[in-house]
Amino acid sequence: MKNDDIKVLAKTANPAAANADLLGIGGAILAGFILLFAAGFAQATVMHDTSHDQRHAMAFPCH
Amino acid sequence: MLKNMLTSAVFAGVAVGLIAALLQFWLVTPLLLQGEMYESGTVVHFATDGSTQSSPQRPNLLEEPSRHLMTIGFNMVAWTGFAFFLVAGYAWFERRGGEMTARLGLIWGLAGFIAVQLAPAIGMPPELPGTVRPEVELRQIWWICTVLCSVGALALLAFGRGALTIIAAFVLFALPHVFGAPELDTFFGVAPPELSSNFATRSLGVSAVGWTILGLIAATLWVRQRDEV
Repeated sequence: MKNDDIKVLAKTANPAAANADLLGIGGAILAGFILLFAAGFAQATVMHDTSHDQRHAMAFPCH
Repeated sequence: MLKNMLTSAVFAGVAVGLIAALLQFWLVTPLLLQGEMYESGTVVHFATDGSTQSSPQRPNLLEEPSRHLMTIGFNMVAWTGFAFFLVAGYAWFERRGGEMTARLGLIWGLAGFIAVQLAPAIGMPPELPGTVRPEVELRQIWWICTVLCSVGALALLAFGRGALTIIAAFVLFALPHVFGAPELDTFFGVAPPELSSNFATRSLGVSAVGWTILGLIAATLWVRQRDEV
């Protein structure tokens, strides 16, 4: 576990980089939500119709 | 790290979207199109005289190419969305001092399959077109709650310490199912049960393949770019 400890210290030693990391993780989660909303959840007719087969195959609640 | 997350998620998502769409085209779409024949009444299985019988149909897969192209496109969108969550997890894991490997990525992918496909399917199985179900908004809320509970439960199992976290994990797993998925008090099915059940198992099977290779590809790209720096 010693290697892990060193890594944690090294990463927290630079708060600016640590904040950028957190921002990146938040950004990735946001991007994931937006894409999944479009692919699986948006109920607008054109979105529903074009993604219909994929929604059924992926077991998103479709209509 | 930002660039690593973006490229890993997008490349893995687009690749798996294409693979999953091809697998669906082979295994799932023919059943889906048959389901639509029963939905529209072109073929009848449950006749009014009480008899239940119909022959398997052979839908023409080449009839609507643009429809199937859209399925490929939206598969890429959905799998890229899933990939963003996975790489966010990888980044978080490494921030805590862990070290991602391609093999670990495979396990993350499997966990994604359990949380995002398998757990919601316990209450709401993949539906053949024509299946009558409660209001879509209610089901979407239950789906999201179930995925969140299952992700939390898996995180507790993977990263928690002590007996209490294990118990908490199983409580969290069970919670949405104890509460129960939205249900109707009547069965309306018009398609043969053989068709519906095979649709459900094949959908889950294709998703299982998709998730495991998504975790694997995203982690492989992640590790390669991390080690280049």
